[in-house]
Amino acid sequence: MRKAEGHLDFARCERNKIGRNTPVTFNAAALLLLILGLALIGWLAGRARSAMLAARAGGKLHSRPQYHGWYVALWLFAPAAIFLAVWTSVSPALITNQVLTTSAAESLPAFGFERGAILSDARSVAQGQQAAVRLPAAAPLVKPYAQATAHYAWIGIAAMLALALAGGAYAFTRIRPDFRARTRVERIVMLLLLLASLVAILTTFGIVLSLLFESLRFFSLVPVSELLFGTTWNPQSGAPVADTFGGIPLFWGTVLIGAIIAMLVAIPIGMMSAVYLTQYAAPALRRWVKPCLEILAGVPTVVYGYFAALTVAPALRNVAAMLGVPNASTESALAAGIVMGVMIIPFVSSMADDSINAVPQAMRDGSLALGATPNETIRQVLIPAALPGVMGGILLAVSRAIGETMIVVMAAGLSANLTANPFASVTTVTAQIVKLLTGDQEFDSAKTLAAFALGLVLFLVTLLLNIVALRIVKKYREAYE
Amino acid sequence: MQSRIARRYAAERRFKALGLGAVLLSGLFLAFLLFVMVGNGARGFTYTHVAVPIDFEATPLTIDASRLDDPDADQLIANAGLSDIVAFAADEALGDGGSALISENAWKEVRSAIKADPNLLIGKSTFELPASSAIDIAAKEGAKGELGARVAALKANGRLSTGIHWPFFRNADATDPAVAGIWGALKGSVLTIVIAFLIAFPTGVLAALYLEEYAPRNRWTDLIEVSINNLAAVPSIIFGLLALAVFINWFGLCQASALVGGLTLALMTMPVIVIAARNAIKAVPPSIRDAALGVGASPVQVVFHHVLPLALPGILTGTIIGMARALGETAPLLLIGMRAFIGDVPNGICAPSTVLPMQIFLWSDEVDRGFVEKTSAAIIVLLIVLLSMNALAIYLRNRFEKRW
Amino acid sequence: MIQDELSIPDPKMKAKGVSVFYGEKQALSDVSIDVGTDLVTAFIGPSGCGKSTFLRSLNRMNDTIAGARVTGAIELDGEDIYAPSMDVVQLRARVGMVFQKPNPFPKSIYDNVAYGPRIHGLAAAKADLDSIVERALVRAGLWDEVKDRLGESGTALSGGQQQRLCIARAIAVDPEVILMDEPCSALDPIATAKIEELIHELRGKYAIVIVTHNMQQAARVSQRTAFFHLGTLVEYGRTTDIFTNPKQDRTKDYITGRYG
Repeated sequence: MRKAEGHLDFARCERNKIGRNTPVTFNAAALLLLILGLALIGWLAGRARSAMLAARAGGKLHSRPQYHGWYVALWLFAPAAIFLAVWTSVSPALITNQVLTTSAAESLPAFGFERGAILSDARSVAQGQQAAVRLPAAAPLVKPYAQATAHYAWIGIAAMLALALAGGAYAFTRIRPDFRARTRVERIVMLLLLLASLVAILTTFGIVLSLLFESLRFFSLVPVSELLFGTTWNPQSGAPVADTFGGIPLFWGTVLIGAIIAMLVAIPIGMMSAVYLTQYAAPALRRWVKPCLEILAGVPTVVYGYFAALTVAPALRNVAAMLGVPNASTESALAAGIVMGVMIIPFVSSMADDSINAVPQAMRDGSLALGATPNETIRQVLIPAALPGVMGGILLAVSRAIGETMIVVMAAGLSANLTANPFASVTTVTAQIVKLLTGDQEFDSAKTLAAFALGLVLFLVTLLLNIVALRIVKKYREAYE
Repeated sequence: MQSRIARRYAAERRFKALGLGAVLLSGLFLAFLLFVMVGNGARGFTYTHVAVPIDFEATPLTIDASRLDDPDADQLIANAGLSDIVAFAADEALGDGGSALISENAWKEVRSAIKADPNLLIGKSTFELPASSAIDIAAKEGAKGELGARVAALKANGRLSTGIHWPFFRNADATDPAVAGIWGALKGSVLTIVIAFLIAFPTGVLAALYLEEYAPRNRWTDLIEVSINNLAAVPSIIFGLLALAVFINWFGLCQASALVGGLTLALMTMPVIVIAARNAIKAVPPSIRDAALGVGASPVQVVFHHVLPLALPGILTGTIIGMARALGETAPLLLIGMRAFIGDVPNGICAPSTVLPMQIFLWSDEVDRGFVEKTSAAIIVLLIVLLSMNALAIYLRNRFEKRW
Repeated sequence: MIQDELSIPDPKMKAKGVSVFYGEKQALSDVSIDVGTDLVTAFIGPSGCGKSTFLRSLNRMNDTIAGARVTGAIELDGEDIYAPSMDVVQLRARVGMVFQKPNPFPKSIYDNVAYGPRIHGLAAAKADLDSIVERALVRAGLWDEVKDRLGESGTALSGGQQQRLCIARAIAVDPEVILMDEPCSALDPIATAKIEELIHELRGKYAIVIVTHNMQQAARVSQRTAFFHLGTLVEYGRTTDIFTNPKQDRTKDYITGRYG
């Protein structure tokens, strides 16, 4: 059996043999189902009660019975669910803290990778994910872990149930014919909507913070100037850290493949396709070509990468050999760049299409009425008028190209060369991020952290390009509306 | 002006030809790509089989036939030495070194056949066994030399046959191209996409509803809008870094699992869904909302009873397209550990799994030439799935979207 | 269609039996009319009666609309403009057009006016181009206002100035006929007055056809008026006659405001 290539050993995640010798753990999924079931009961009860009260009072309710049901159900579910979420993230720390106070923990190393490994080994056994310890030092810690886990599990379950019942009871007692259940339920719905929107901000913050955090740790090992301006990239060597994390070859490779070669392919073909489709093509042709372009856009990048590695790169190497170009390899910047350009053609074409169509028809008529041929109208009036939109589209295309991973990983290679020869093998930022994070290594090593630092640079550059592009497109659209 | 006219019209013709050329070039690229993939991969769906008679009277399998229904029957049969019996039978039937002509995992096919029909254990039967990868390649490409001679001999004896390679669809990944299949990756893909959908769809739609219908115009909502637009354009590998740092390292969720994969893809797809949903909601005319308000519906009821149903086709179209994109994603999943050999079909959302594009990536690295056609065949499967999803989205759009 | 016998001795453009179809729909039936040199001819009529459609067929702008079909004959100086041998590009240099909403290109004022002469190759050197631009702007009555800022964007001008810029742009290619499709409908009264004054001045050099919604404007600027109704030409004659003594009842009803 081939050895797994994951960068963290995941034998820890073996199948969880539930039911066979499982100690008491806080099984979040089962508990979630439990409170959902309770909420359902609460819904039925609330609805029934409100209907009964209404019948007794002989009058109408402010809100229909189902809203009362929802009110009870929400009050039953929400506090318990929030507690569940909080407890799931907090209890591991509490459990570990309790274990650390026991006598068995005194023999642990003070800090570092080994300490963490021993603790997690013991935890896995105690929580039934592993049959036996692998590190002998972990054996005495299993029992304290099991006890702490059970202890906190019971506390958690009890607290959660108490919250659920308290919430449900509170809501239940408030049911009256004139109780504005619907209003309250709707307010909760609005809150839900707002929270959903905040997920986007949360994700952005998550990205920025996690990248920043790990990058700062990297920059404490390697200075920023080295990453941004150094010219030697060789993290696999044992050489001193100061000389091995120079990012210039990576940035150059990224620019060569994504911003130069790919754009040389995508921009002319994409723009001329858009021009032809908007100005000259018969409707029948347009109807056939647009889906083709959409298919080109929908092909997964791994397929493009494979195509580049299988067909394009060898062909190019033969061409290079014929031309007598030195240093031509089967993994070349040209192969990756050309295929990436093809991938981006639909993107450029559709942005150009939108921009040209946004130019008012009156401008086209004005030019034609002066006796200009269609191509003179396009080149001298329409495209200059559409230029801001097209520029924005090109910037977005560049941003897409430099963030692309699979094509370069499969076709451009991983050797950090600083060369202008497109037939040679170069590497990009994205390919190196992948390379740095594969293979067995600790999470804290400079190599792993370097990946995050590269990720930060990539994120900032694409963010900048996107903001500028969207700003240009927005201003341009306003000018025409 | 006269002489210029001719030149101007010539320039016009050239320009038009250039445009047409660009369009045709794009079409040609697509055609070439599909041609290469289909050409390479079509053969991946078939496999060469060798007919080998096995005499269970002469070489019996010492196993209690009543235990063939037990859950550990597979282990029992293996322990009883079925692989040796099959190898022996191959040597007998095919001549010297015959056992090298069939796949080293061929005995597993016999095992499945026995479990299905225990009567096979009595007497002689001929089994169509998958050939070894080398023979398969030789048969498909017409090799010369020793392998070619062997293939020719087998053909002459009528022992060679080609059939649809069902294990390709049934099995998980394996080191032997004869038995490697995409089922593990497919199941992983399905689990991952389902989780991504369950997380991204409600969040995306609710966020879009909020932003379009209820949000006041202030700095905070502007920030949300900017965040969403930017997230939609962030390179996918950044989401992989996020998942690694937060889900795996900080939360400690199971690595390389459909759960983490689904979470990552959900974060990636949510902005796409929000943008598509916003466009669909914007397209619903204000007159509908006014009418509903006029009848006395509350703002929440207006949105959920009237606007949302009308915007739903557009939302679904955008979601399907977003999900199709997520299905083809590889880069973020590389970083969460799915870039690993996973020989079992995943049996839960926390089990180590892989997805189809990742399987393609892993196989493309393989040195064994038998994997070349497998990779292309897997690509064909992936493309068919994606094209169907896009076609479904377009059908939905044409059928249900109202033009106001 | 009725045509006054005393109209035009030597018409610049002649239309005979012209019908225009947009797909299946017929927008114009059987229009025959002569347009005279040195004259301003006004087309009036209620909305959708086909006057703009007819105007656009005079310089073959209907060609740019998919599904548009023109039957009948239209002649410019005796040549059929729909004949295959007629080059539409050169036709449009001889028959210029000014549109309803001013549509200057997003270029400088100079480049807006210079665009036509450039593509038609009317200027051998920059100095020639400069003088063509100046002459056009002078004739359009815009020179004094913009002579110091020729490099500014054409879209930065006021509505009235933009329309005069469009007129200058049309004049710069030295046309023989200028077609104006409701040129003042997007402008305020002061700008409108300036344009009407301009039309007076241009009359001597070009044959001008103006489509207008505004009967009073037609009365003010034109010498000949054609009344269109529901896709047909109802009456055509001297402006004074049409407005004081129309021969057709439909004309009379329209003039007196019985319908709009």
